[in-house]
Amino acid sequence: MTPAATVDAVTVAYRRAASRRVTVMLVALAALLLGVLLDAATGPALLPLGAVAGSVLGYPSDSAVQAIVWSIRLPVALTAVSVGAALGLSGAIMQTILNNPLASSYTLGISAGAGFGAALVIVLGASLPVPEAYAIPLNAMLFAGVACAGVYLIGGARAATAEGLVLAGIALLFLFQALTALLQMIASPESLQQVVFWLFGSLQKSTWPKLWVMLAVLGACTPFLVRDVWGLTALKLGDARASALGVNVRSLRIRSFVLISGLTGVAVAFVGTIGFVGLVAPHVARMLIGEDQRGFLPASAFMGAVLLSLASVASKTIAPGAIFPIGIVTSLIGVPFFIWMVLRTRRAYW
Amino acid sequence: MSINVQGLSVHYGTRIVLQDINLYAGTGRVLGIVGPNGSGKSTLIKAVAGLLKASGRINFNGSEARPKSVGYMPQDLQAPMALTVIEVVLLGRIAQLRLRVSAEDLEAVRQVLQLLGMEALAGRYLSELSGGQRQMVFLAQSLVSQPTVLLLDEPISALDICHQLEVLEVVRAMTLERGLCTLMVLHDLNAAARYADDVALLREGCLVACGDPVDVLTVENIATGFDVEAEALTCLDGTGVLIPRRPVRMLTVA
Repeated sequence: MTPAATVDAVTVAYRRAASRRVTVMLVALAALLLGVLLDAATGPALLPLGAVAGSVLGYPSDSAVQAIVWSIRLPVALTAVSVGAALGLSGAIMQTILNNPLASSYTLGISAGAGFGAALVIVLGASLPVPEAYAIPLNAMLFAGVACAGVYLIGGARAATAEGLVLAGIALLFLFQALTALLQMIASPESLQQVVFWLFGSLQKSTWPKLWVMLAVLGACTPFLVRDVWGLTALKLGDARASALGVNVRSLRIRSFVLISGLTGVAVAFVGTIGFVGLVAPHVARMLIGEDQRGFLPASAFMGAVLLSLASVASKTIAPGAIFPIGIVTSLIGVPFFIWMVLRTRRAYW
Repeated sequence: MSINVQGLSVHYGTRIVLQDINLYAGTGRVLGIVGPNGSGKSTLIKAVAGLLKASGRINFNGSEARPKSVGYMPQDLQAPMALTVIEVVLLGRIAQLRLRVSAEDLEAVRQVLQLLGMEALAGRYLSELSGGQRQMVFLAQSLVSQPTVLLLDEPISALDICHQLEVLEVVRAMTLERGLCTLMVLHDLNAAARYADDVALLREGCLVACGDPVDVLTVENIATGFDVEAEALTCLDGTGVLIPRRPVRMLTVA
């Protein structure tokens, strides 16, 4: 092979991978835009897609459509996007730093911690001194942080190895589930119903202010992820190898846990516990473009956003006139899709 | 670059893994590290790489400051299945990588892949490679940063004979041409005799012998270090070959 041809072989392979990443992102973006439009068009009053698109783009055809879209539907649709992105991203970071395909905020107790925090407010009224509307979200966020800190402190008591952290997360998942069940046992029927509904997850509590908070947290996490993108990729080689390459593994894990805590906390705080998205979105991203974190992290966020957006549409169309809890729908449509993807894939990803 | 190890000891809890190791690896020379399983070879490499807490002194060109460009290839390679060869090799230059990979970084990857004859695999995922090919990828990663110190822990353990010889030739040539200091753990004593300028023989965390391969890899030292009776033969071209004959202590089948 001539030197010129060799230059082509490596550069072409690199550019091919880069263009694949861009293609996947563009397709995901198109799917996301379609999902948002469908989400805004779907509900008790089914709106024409064209009218919704016109309203979103600033060309309203009807004041009723304008009011429904901007006051009710769009906050819900965009919350689905931002929560899905936050859960997909936090799952991707977690699977990377723990080097475990089963890791997600849901499977390692962070969401369960948030659920317990919410249940504390609903059942016992125990919360920080804040306005009532924010008591549940704030307590949920606080306990998501407590769970994250617990995973790190317990799992890292001797050495913060991936295995130790995963075991600590699983232990905390059972602990917080048990504590929430205990609260449910002593709750009044009204409180019990409220806790159960909160644990199912619902996008219907979305408002513009809550959406801005979620977008702000997502935006605040981005520079840190950009900074650590190669360090996170190096962690895929194992702790020892990453250390040998000059990565401060301990410090990287702590930073990542803070980001996971923020992303999961804010997502769960406003819409309740939604499982599956944080677990599956990274797997779909990995299958499509691999684990170079420069593409993997944004792709996981995109996949999470698309998945939750479509789930939001499904939650309103499964039974006319009723809205299914989003947490149930994500699993109902996500599990068959995920199994199909796993079965049709011949290459090993993990 | 040269490495001078003085009084190096490593403990895992109360267990002594390396005890009072003294050795010197010179510029442009390969130091082969041999010994039975559990003798502390990998621990020695890790200690020199700065991955373990150790007592004693390790000087690099007379200074205790570890050079930034250390190429380290561990024994237990965790293969990230969903990374491509280019991405894994690029990580060897992590200190200078930015979000957008520079032409210089890509050129360094191209050169090292060309050196190891792996350009055709550049875009492949590690999940699509054999164990030996993966080992070559990690060797490429340890070479891509143009290190002054090269620490290789069993770099040929998964390779066929042809690739073993290719890798050993490349390592030796690079060490000589670029004035590197290379420490290489090997299980193949004949490979160590042929490709290492000096050999250190370890047993149970202690240094049995260190020096010229001819002086270290003797029938007596093999018996002491490995509990194996060996025979030294001379080939027609004059090179010596060690033939392990039988263990000193025979296992009995019940």
